[in-house]
Amino acid sequence: MAAPQTQYSKHSRQAMIGAMGDKLFKGTAFFFATMVLAVLAAIILMLFKDAWPTFQTFGFDFFITEKWDVVNDQYGAVIPIVGTLVTSFIAILIGIPVSFGIALFISVMAPEWLKKPVGIAVELLAAVPSIIYGMWGLFYFAPWFSENLQPLLTDTLGELPLIGQFFQGPPIGISLFTAGFILAVMIIPFIASVMRDMFDVVPKDLKESAYAMGSTTWEVVWKVILPYTKVGVIGGIMLGLGRALGETMAVTFVVGNAQELMTGLFYPGSTIASTLANEFNEADGLHMSSLIALGLILFIITFIVLAISKWFLLRLGKVQEGRST
Amino acid sequence: MTRYHRRKLVNAFNLAASIAVTLFGLFMLGWILSILFIKGFQHINWAVFTEMTPPPGESGGLLNAIVGTLLLTLVAVLIGTPIGVMAGTYLAEFGGKSRFASTVRFINDILLSAPSIVVGVFVYTLLVSPVGHFSGWAGGVALAILVIPVVVRTTEDMLKLVPSQLREAAAALGAPRWKVTVNVVYKAALSGMITGMLLATARIMGETAPLLFTALSNNFWSTDMNQPMANMPVVIYQYALSPYSDWQNLAWAAALLITISVLVMNIFARYGLKGHNQKP
Repeated sequence: MAAPQTQYSKHSRQAMIGAMGDKLFKGTAFFFATMVLAVLAAIILMLFKDAWPTFQTFGFDFFITEKWDVVNDQYGAVIPIVGTLVTSFIAILIGIPVSFGIALFISVMAPEWLKKPVGIAVELLAAVPSIIYGMWGLFYFAPWFSENLQPLLTDTLGELPLIGQFFQGPPIGISLFTAGFILAVMIIPFIASVMRDMFDVVPKDLKESAYAMGSTTWEVVWKVILPYTKVGVIGGIMLGLGRALGETMAVTFVVGNAQELMTGLFYPGSTIASTLANEFNEADGLHMSSLIALGLILFIITFIVLAISKWFLLRLGKVQEGRST
Repeated sequence: MTRYHRRKLVNAFNLAASIAVTLFGLFMLGWILSILFIKGFQHINWAVFTEMTPPPGESGGLLNAIVGTLLLTLVAVLIGTPIGVMAGTYLAEFGGKSRFASTVRFINDILLSAPSIVVGVFVYTLLVSPVGHFSGWAGGVALAILVIPVVVRTTEDMLKLVPSQLREAAAALGAPRWKVTVNVVYKAALSGMITGMLLATARIMGETAPLLFTALSNNFWSTDMNQPMANMPVVIYQYALSPYSDWQNLAWAAALLITISVLVMNIFARYGLKGHNQKP
């Protein structure tokens, strides 16, 4: 009678250890999951705390003043914010059609044997470190651009009424436009890969029905695939935009870092990220606080853009679940 | 022109445009890589691996920067991976569709694409300005913050791929949940989790922005994590923008080394380990 008794208690002891181990394991996992949220909260809190002197000194004027004057300790965020938005806008303006074309090529047109190598090549574009884009941009792309493409654009688009003024500037190739163009090349792989994933999940029946009705490939893409995936495509574009807004090194090399506001896109300018990279290590006092405030603004802008992107992509997931069931 | 012909023409034009932009993308990759390889290989020599970063006008190498980058990357991976793996485990094994888990997932995906320079500023306010000097630890922590979201994401994805029958079979044998996870689920998902780690490493190796305000750089040999630490990306940044051609040449050599490491790691992570993934 004694033997089974001890065996029973041994088992229950094991079960107890197991249960305790389970609790401990789950607790640890939960703790680290919470840390992800804690990092976000800490970023916002710390930046806000150190940016506070700036908000206190300049108040709301910080957001609407276009003066960034280190000598007189006067700071306004308009120039870097506008620079960030303009370069990112140029980037998605160029990036959207190119990404769409690449996704279309890989997903719809390319023969099987070509899909993988082209896909890998485009993904490699995303893996190249941002500082390499900066070096290439400064030493090779900017000189080429200022000698060839920029005069061409100034002579053609620059002659047009209204939008002509945007295509003016000195022939040095260091400009908001150059930065925007390089950003476009950098975000293409992100947008293209989301679009391609989207195009690949369009049900075969839909596409084949359209082909059977006599549609051309383009009509299938434009009238069937794109409407079906538009939520995800917007999500992909917003993801690219989020990337472009916060990109630092590539922009810092080619944007010129001038704290001036010009209508011409070929003039040097600056973005939030490039201002930080340039001035942070020499700053103190109110200057430092203003730079941190810029960082906070950048974080909040990208957070909102990326949240919208994620929201679109999640919605697509739900729509597809609803359709398949 | 008939409607039929117009449709055909529009189709041909747009498909041609699609091929053209694909070629444009490939051309850009080719342009960047070919310049990098030509300029980089011109200036790579034995001294690059054996000598310290030089003062302007003298010859030298990148030894301290190479070692610094390896150290910073190692610290970042050692801090970031356990946190990421545990958080990913929570999301895949315990969180399910709860509101908390969805929030963590959402925030994690945003941190995945958050500007790395802001992470640099954040770590500066946390670990540099209170102490009063730049340090290797601060650089490591900044990079670790970039590692975490990548590892969380891949860990969760990979654990979810493990069939639930495996978990049930282990549970039916009486194994407690944590043993099921560690001995069965992790084992099945191991190659995928390593992929995530490699991708995270590849991502941080070339990161410059978060190191500018944390590890900064150091012209001398130093493995003291409490001091500013030399690293490849910041050396590239400082040397490339300098007016000295010796420094610019070293920057190209460093750029080539860092890009090759990053690309090789990327290709290996994505395609080298894929065969393993499909086995279970």
